[in-house]
Amino acid sequence: MLLTVGDVHATYGRFDVLRGISVGVAAGEIVAVLGPNGAGKSTLLKAIAGFLPPRQGSIRLSDEEIAGLRPSALLRKGVVYVMQRSSVFPKLTILENLEMGAYIRPSSPEVKADIDRVLGLFPQLAGRRHQRAEGLSGGERRMLEIGRALLLHPKVLLLDEPTMGLAPLVADLIFEKILELRAAGTTVLMVEQNARLALEVSDRAYVLEQGQVRVEGRGQELLTSDAVRRAYLGGAAPR
Amino acid sequence: MTLEIALQSVVSGLMFGGVIGLVAVGVSLIWGIMDLINFAYGEYLMWSMYLTFFLWAGLGIEPILTVPITAVVLFGAGVLTYRSVIRPVLRGPIFAQILSTFGLLVLLRYTAWLLFRPDDRQAQSALATSVVVLGGLRVSGGELVAFAGSLVATTALFAFLAYTKTGKALRALAQDREAALALGIEPDRLYALAWGLSTAAAGVAGALVSSFMYVNPLVGDVFLLPAFAAVALGGFGNVYGAVAGGLVIGVVNVTGGTLTMPKVKLALVYLVFVGVLFMRPKGLWGR
Repeated sequence: MLLTVGDVHATYGRFDVLRGISVGVAAGEIVAVLGPNGAGKSTLLKAIAGFLPPRQGSIRLSDEEIAGLRPSALLRKGVVYVMQRSSVFPKLTILENLEMGAYIRPSSPEVKADIDRVLGLFPQLAGRRHQRAEGLSGGERRMLEIGRALLLHPKVLLLDEPTMGLAPLVADLIFEKILELRAAGTTVLMVEQNARLALEVSDRAYVLEQGQVRVEGRGQELLTSDAVRRAYLGGAAPR
Repeated sequence: MTLEIALQSVVSGLMFGGVIGLVAVGVSLIWGIMDLINFAYGEYLMWSMYLTFFLWAGLGIEPILTVPITAVVLFGAGVLTYRSVIRPVLRGPIFAQILSTFGLLVLLRYTAWLLFRPDDRQAQSALATSVVVLGGLRVSGGELVAFAGSLVATTALFAFLAYTKTGKALRALAQDREAALALGIEPDRLYALAWGLSTAAAGVAGALVSSFMYVNPLVGDVFLLPAFAAVALGGFGNVYGAVAGGLVIGVVNVTGGTLTMPKVKLALVYLVFVGVLFMRPKGLWGR
């Protein structure tokens, strides 16, 4: 496993949000984390990304313990996090936002080449690189956030609800991009509300409930599992 | 009261307004990046004026030439203040933050009072008595240099914020701290830098006005109160608006005082301040 979360407990104020959670992601996989509101999906990503150090348990990247490291240290190891809410810098231009994505890298021709490569990946952004990010649509902001994350050459990309609030066609486009990233060798762990779509693109998935893993399995299996459909996807499996 | 006197006072107001603009940018920088009001800001300027005075009195250095010295010393003072006073209270309640800079004001002001007594002091410079005639209007050489110097310092700071990687990171941090953190932009070092830059601006302003203004332990108020009004006018935390606000406030301050009574000029500044907040709580150019 590239990323191994073992028996992690984490607390928000007085609330135990993660209660002994164990999740694994192999290199090159897309793994989805599903579950109802309050199940601890976002908290799991925050714990891995260094925003909420676990109270107990281990988080390993390959064989190295990374639990409790600061976000900046995790970035240098290749753990990159795109948060749920919009996190573009609105008053910076698209290009400046991308430059901030490469903040921890020393300025170099390689960084410039990487920025051009990301702009090539998202043509919608390329033509507007000198415009402020505040003028972007929700889908374009997501693309910018993912593009910014790619500048750090993530080993593991943590995406918290990448399609939240997006129109279905735009959500499809984001998922296409995620598949492209995987094809290019990026490992993805993502939280999704849109379970049906998430299961279609992911290799494996975990369903959380009350801070623990309830069900895990291959995406396609879960998609046709009666129990999962009833609880999280609404309605029974098609016959 | 002739038109010429009024025009003369407008020019003089713009000169003072340029300095207020620089001071307002210094206040606005910390406000914009850290959501923190530095009530002690005028005291840094006052200490810079004392530094200039003693460099002149002790070593005979022309006041205007002390700019690089006061900038560097005040930069260091700002970093030191951040590390020793501000960083510990950042995680505390908002009242702790407000009281910490208010406490600094009291400490810096009355340390100066204790050491220098509340006497007026002024460096003597040929610049103060020189007069430049611009389109029929007379401008004091000292004020003109202070205006030009403030504009240069402000422009340099803006260029730093706009074009350097560190400047962009400071703006990113101001806009979204958590998002910045997720990209490895560590706030601590940048906050220290912001404090250094902010107080360095006070250092520059202090040296620039020293050739034509008295220094005493209370002189900070002459700058800080109009600067707050300029910040409000420019939109809270908007460093570019702060400069425009500074020019407007400078004219209100000087021209208003000339047209009515000098004693009410700060009251006029506050009338504008309250009026703006009443009509546009986010500031005239606020977003």
